[in-house]
Amino acid sequence: MFEQHLIALPILLPLIAAPITLILGHSRLSWMFATAISALACYFSWHLLTATLTESVLSYAVGGWSPPWGIELRVDVANAFVLLAVSALSTLVLIYSKDSIEKEIESSKHALYYTAHLLCLAGLSGILLTGDAFNLFVFLEISSLATYTLVSLASDRRCLTAAFRYLIMGTIGATFILIGVGMLYMKTGTLNMLDLAIRIDVYESSRTINTGLAFIMVGVSIKLALFPLHMWLPAAYTHAPSAVTAFLASTATKVAFYVMIRFIFTIFGLNYVFEEMGMDLILMVLAIVAIFKCSYMATVQSNVKTVLAYSSVAQIGYMILGISLVSVTGLMAGLIHIFNHALMKGALFMAVGAVFYRVGSVEISAFKGLGKQMPFTMAAFTIAGLSIIGVPLTVGFISKWYLVTAALEQQHWILAALVLVGSLLAVVYMGRVIEAAYFQKPPASQDSNQVKEAPWLMLLPMWILVLANIYFGIDTSLTTEAASSASEWLFQTSSIAAANSAEVSQ
Amino acid sequence: MNFILDYYNYWIVVFLMMAGFYIVISANNLVKKIVGLNVFQTSVFMLYISMGKVSGGTAPILVDGVTLYSNPLPHVLILTAIVVGVATTSVGLALIVRIKRAYGTVEENEFKNQDDAI
Repeated sequence: MFEQHLIALPILLPLIAAPITLILGHSRLSWMFATAISALACYFSWHLLTATLTESVLSYAVGGWSPPWGIELRVDVANAFVLLAVSALSTLVLIYSKDSIEKEIESSKHALYYTAHLLCLAGLSGILLTGDAFNLFVFLEISSLATYTLVSLASDRRCLTAAFRYLIMGTIGATFILIGVGMLYMKTGTLNMLDLAIRIDVYESSRTINTGLAFIMVGVSIKLALFPLHMWLPAAYTHAPSAVTAFLASTATKVAFYVMIRFIFTIFGLNYVFEEMGMDLILMVLAIVAIFKCSYMATVQSNVKTVLAYSSVAQIGYMILGISLVSVTGLMAGLIHIFNHALMKGALFMAVGAVFYRVGSVEISAFKGLGKQMPFTMAAFTIAGLSIIGVPLTVGFISKWYLVTAALEQQHWILAALVLVGSLLAVVYMGRVIEAAYFQKPPASQDSNQVKEAPWLMLLPMWILVLANIYFGIDTSLTTEAASSASEWLFQTSSIAAANSAEVSQ
Repeated sequence: MNFILDYYNYWIVVFLMMAGFYIVISANNLVKKIVGLNVFQTSVFMLYISMGKVSGGTAPILVDGVTLYSNPLPHVLILTAIVVGVATTSVGLALIVRIKRAYGTVEENEFKNQDDAI
C-alpha cells in the first residue's frame, strides 16, 4: 500500500503540508513543521533513487487512470537523481531560513514564507516526476507562482519590481511552453511523454512539430535563464531574501534544465533535435557567449549577490554546453554539474546571507576584514568559491573535468580551451570578494567587536554543503554512477524511440 | 481567399497573441502589462479550443443518435490553464498594489528613476 504510492509522496507531502503551515501561523512552529516535511520528502526521494538504480523505471497512474489516457508519474534514474538534490537542498535551506528570515522578513510573514517554500518544492518535485507534458506546465506554474511570492517577501522595495519582472518573463516562458505542447497535441493527439516520443517520429518533418519545438525551446530557455533570456535572473536573485536566493539558485534553474533534457532526449529524440534541426550549434554558441559575457558581467558588479547571480547564468552556460556536445559524456557532465552547482551556489548564497545577517550589507566593501571577524562563514565562502573556479579536490573540478573530457572526445580543442579560460574569469570575480575579506582592513568606522560569527543554525547547513563540496570532489562514485547511468539511459531511450518507429526490434 | 476564411479562428489567435505580446513588451504602465499578458494567454486558450473542434461533431455530451463529437480534452486542459492564468493575474496585481505603496507610482520609467537616485 505504502510502497505503491511512494512515487506520489514527494509531491503530495509538501502540497498538503503547505496550507497546514499557513494555519499553524506561528513562526517557529511552522519552521519546524516545514523542515520536517521537507526532510521526509528528501527521505522518500532517496528511496526512489535506490529503487530506480535497481529497477530502472517506476510508473504510477494518478487516480488509477492508466497511461497514456491518465496522468502518469514516471521515475527513472535521471529525475530521481535531480529530485534527491532538490529535496535535500530544500531541507538544508529551511534549516538555514530560521535565523536568516528573522533578519530579512517581517515576523507576520514568516508562516507565508514557509508555505510558499513548500508550494515551490511541491511544484519542482511535480515537474521532475510527471510523465505528462501538460501536467508539467501546471507544476511549472505552481512552482513559479510560489517563487514570485518568495522573491517579493524581502524588506527592500526593489524586490517588488524584480519579482514583477520575473513574473512577466516567467509567464511568457510558461505560455510559450503551453503553445508548444498544444502544437504537439494538435499533431499527435497525446500528451503522455512516452506516447509523444513514439508518435512524433512519424511526423518529424511536419511544420507544426518544428514550430512546437521552437516554442518549447524558447519557453524553457527563459525559465532556465539561458543567455540572452536571462535578464530577469540577476535582479530577482539580488533583491530576494538570502534564503530564497539560496533555494532558487540551487534548484529552480536546475529543474528547468532537466525539463530541457527531458524534451530533447525523451520527447523529440536526439536525431530530430540535433541532426535535423541543428539545435546543438545554436545551444553551443549561446552557452559560450553566456559563459564569457556573464562571467565578465560578474567581475564588474559591486554587490556580491549580483556577482553570484551572473556567475549562475555563466554556470548554466556550462550545463548547456554539456548537452550541445551530443555525447554520453557531455550529457553526464551537464547532469553532474546540476548537482555540483547546487552544492556550490547553495553554500555561497548561504554565506552571503550570513554576512548580511551580521553586517547588514552585501556590497563588496562590506566584506572587508570579514576573514577575521567571521572566520567560519568566510572559510565556507572561500571553499565554495574555489569550487566554482574548479580547483582540484572540489566538485567544481569534477564537472569541468568531464566537460573538458567530453569536448576532447570530439576533438573540440578550442572548446576545451574556452572552458578553461572561462574558469580564469571565475578566479577574477571570486577573487575580488575573497581578497576584500582576507587582505583588507575593516572600515575604521565599524566597531570590530560588533561583527561576530553567524549563528550555528546558519553555519550548520552551510558547512554541510561545503563538506559535500569536498566529499563529492574526492569520492565521486555516487555522483558519477548516478549521472552516467542517467545519461546512458537517456541516450538509450532516445534511440529506442527512433528504433520503434522504424520497426527495428532491439 | 479560402485559406483566410477557413482558418479565421487561427488568424484571430495570431492577431491576439501578437497584440498581447506587444503590449507586454511596450507598455510602461504595469497594469497595462498585466492586461497584455492576459490577452496573450487568452489567445492560447483559443488555440486549444480551436484544435478540439471535430468538423461536423457536436458538443461532447452523450445524446442518442449522435456518433460524432468534438474532442473534449482540450476544453479540460484549458480549464486548468485558465485557473493558472487567473492565479498569475492575481499575483501580478497584488505586486502592483505593493509597488504603488512603495513607490507611489505604477509607471515603469518613474520608479526606475527613483531607484537610481538611491
